[in-house]
Amino acid sequence: MRRFAAVLVLAISLTGCTTVTATKPNELTVLAASSLTGVFTELQTQFEASHPGVKVKLVLDSSATLAQMVEQGAPGDVLATADQRTMDHTRIAGGIMGHADQFATNTMVLIVPANNPANIKSFSGLNAKPDFVVCVPTAPCGAAAAALLTTNHVSAQPASEETDVKAVVNKVVTGEADAGLVFTTDALSAGDKVRQIAIPGASQAPNTYWIAQTKQAEVSSLAQDWIDLVLGPNGQAVLARAGFATQ
Amino acid sequence: MTVPRRLLIPASLGAGLLVLPIIGLVLRAPLSTFGSLLTAPATLSALWLSVWTSTASTAVCVLLGIPLSWVLARAQFRFKSLLRGILLTPLVVPPVVAGVALLSAFGRNGFLGAPLRDGLGLSIPYTSIAVVLAHSFVAMPFFILSAEEGFRALPPRLEDVASTLGADAWTRFRRVGLPLARPALIAGAVLAWARSLGEFGATITFAGNYPGTTRTLPLEVYTQLQADPDAAIVVSLLLLIICVGVLAALRGRWLGGLR
Amino acid sequence: MKVRIDHAPLHEIDLTFSSGVTTVVGPNGAGKTSLLHAIAGLSPAQSVMVGHREWSHRPPEQRSVGLVPQEGALFPHLDVLHNVAFGPQARGVRRRAALTVATQWLDQLGIGHLAKRAVTTLSGGESQRVAMARALAIEPAVLLLDEPFSALDVGVAEGLRVELEPHFNDRITIMVTHDAIDVATLARHVVVLEEGRVAQVGRLHEVAAAPRTAHVARLTGANVLRGTARGHVIDLDATTQVHVGSSSNGPVLATFAPTAVTLATSPPLSSARNVWHTRVTQVLSTGQITRVHLASPPIWADLTPAAATELNIAVGAQIYAAVKATEVSVTETKTAPAPNR
Repeated sequence: MRRFAAVLVLAISLTGCTTVTATKPNELTVLAASSLTGVFTELQTQFEASHPGVKVKLVLDSSATLAQMVEQGAPGDVLATADQRTMDHTRIAGGIMGHADQFATNTMVLIVPANNPANIKSFSGLNAKPDFVVCVPTAPCGAAAAALLTTNHVSAQPASEETDVKAVVNKVVTGEADAGLVFTTDALSAGDKVRQIAIPGASQAPNTYWIAQTKQAEVSSLAQDWIDLVLGPNGQAVLARAGFATQ
Repeated sequence: MTVPRRLLIPASLGAGLLVLPIIGLVLRAPLSTFGSLLTAPATLSALWLSVWTSTASTAVCVLLGIPLSWVLARAQFRFKSLLRGILLTPLVVPPVVAGVALLSAFGRNGFLGAPLRDGLGLSIPYTSIAVVLAHSFVAMPFFILSAEEGFRALPPRLEDVASTLGADAWTRFRRVGLPLARPALIAGAVLAWARSLGEFGATITFAGNYPGTTRTLPLEVYTQLQADPDAAIVVSLLLLIICVGVLAALRGRWLGGLR
Repeated sequence: MKVRIDHAPLHEIDLTFSSGVTTVVGPNGAGKTSLLHAIAGLSPAQSVMVGHREWSHRPPEQRSVGLVPQEGALFPHLDVLHNVAFGPQARGVRRRAALTVATQWLDQLGIGHLAKRAVTTLSGGESQRVAMARALAIEPAVLLLDEPFSALDVGVAEGLRVELEPHFNDRITIMVTHDAIDVATLARHVVVLEEGRVAQVGRLHEVAAAPRTAHVARLTGANVLRGTARGHVIDLDATTQVHVGSSSNGPVLATFAPTAVTLATSPPLSSARNVWHTRVTQVLSTGQITRVHLASPPIWADLTPAAATELNIAVGAQIYAAVKATEVSVTETKTAPAPNR
């Protein structure tokens, strides 16, 4: 009986160690769309340098998944989405504090592996039905891709709908797909592993990126600092270098 | 009371762990839209795909697994335990890892997939065959575990007598070993089918995610989770009902000793 | 059949078997079952020569052996008929023909009515009969039996012995047994194994007359007389009777150990109800026992050497043999008695 009690006490104390309830006072959790991986990682270093003792935690995923998480009350102080629709969704659900700010735009581009195995020369080359991949329609890059396929009268169906844009890039980089529809920024970060092909009408239908503080943000001042950083000259410069169109 | 009282608390906690989330699903189910979500084209397409790919992969597991299990149970050769270890790795490896492994072998740039593609123009990813392949990979060890155990448990004397009566090795397998191991084989097949039905990580990594060809019920749940949580819950319940239904229906009739 | 085996647990075995029953006896662990397995091909042997064919390189399925293991080992998933048909089918006979053959054997062994039964519903005697039918259905040149009647009760066992004896005598039959009645009623030859080696071999009468160990003595000297019972009296033939304690009617077996026989030079005045005036046909002294064979009834008697000397036991001597009625076990048999051996 004593041994049983000891195990019980140990178990209860362990739950204390692994509690995932609230962000600590010197910790900032940023929920950001996958396409912001490179940019936000760089800003994370800058922020931690200018805010000694503060740790920035980045949660990178599809915007739609992140919106779901916020609505379910998952920990997160800042939300940055890759389209307006997802941010609106969260706003209507009461997940954000105040209003959201647009901080960048991104355009879609078609990428093929460096050796272009399916020999795709232009966007209409998709009509020859190579294996191309897009994001799920519920993700911003997926919604944009679907729209651009329609406006360009491409009837061929994608071979697969990946859960986020990084997965699409990965499929193209490894040669498992002949082509993929991704953001310019993702194409740029893949470097010379991929070749870019312009999508007619893409610049007319860019994705707008939005950022806001979440309702459950514990440390309001830190969250606001981050938003200021992104909107300010430093943040905008980093965004521009990555290929985003800035304000 | 034949069960010691101090076992009742952990037993209740264990039962609760498994039962409460299911109750949660049922409680959260949207009553008004349940019917329409259940019969939505996306759901039905995922349902049909799941059922036929799981059945096909179970068939693969059985057709390939029976000979393999017989060899493991009867043959003597070096490195047998090493082989058995490798055959059981899909049990412990995360399904996504299984998916990556499948890509490296059968993907378009895989060491087998590339020559297949270049030579015969056959590409496996993005097809339903890829789904069957992914399911078979993760479900086969379940079948092998049960089948091999079933074959091992056969009294050797029966096969001895069979051989004196004139049965060669093939006849001993076909007319003595196979029929007597039937309960274990069926149990293994049911396990493999259930594992296939629930397979997600290997499927989405290797086969892809497209409605009709590769979006099985688990992938449908995942996709819907972002778009329409109500739909996700309905599809989840559907999966659950199928699994529970199949297990309940089979338990009585075929599993015999597994009662 | 000539058999040479020198492979653990058997050592330097060199035996010749002829048709009829050879009982293999010996203490536990002597290698009796291993001998059967080696002949069947389930374990290695140096040479197994049947006729002019060398079997030792052939797997069991290519030999002509019928093996009946200790507990029958019927196939649980097949009914009785298909169990018996298994052998012929495995050897290439077409299904319909195999089932016909199986039916014939079942009828011959009196169990035709069990054809459709599941083997788990059979009694001990029934399942041993099925096991025999199954082994005989392939018409084996050699029949290997491992304590075939040990799990059966005495009456059932005796019934089977009588029924199966002709089939045993039709071929080379090797029977491992611990049962003195098996030896007494069926054996033509006896092989004694000890620690994997042949300790004694010969015709039953030779071995019974000169048993080298107490174990062999116990197994080979049993007296088994067949007769017809009328209440407490059993008629062996027109002139010889046995008085027994239990009452029965019809064909029976009367059994008693050689140690139950007392010899005397004049009619004994004792409580023994059986007293026969008979003649000594054989005497052999082996250290602790003197074993004597008498003419009528043809029985063995064991005495101490000292007693044998005192009574002047010698071949041809007239002697009185006495056995108490209570020492005689009686078993009813179903068929008419065969002549006493």
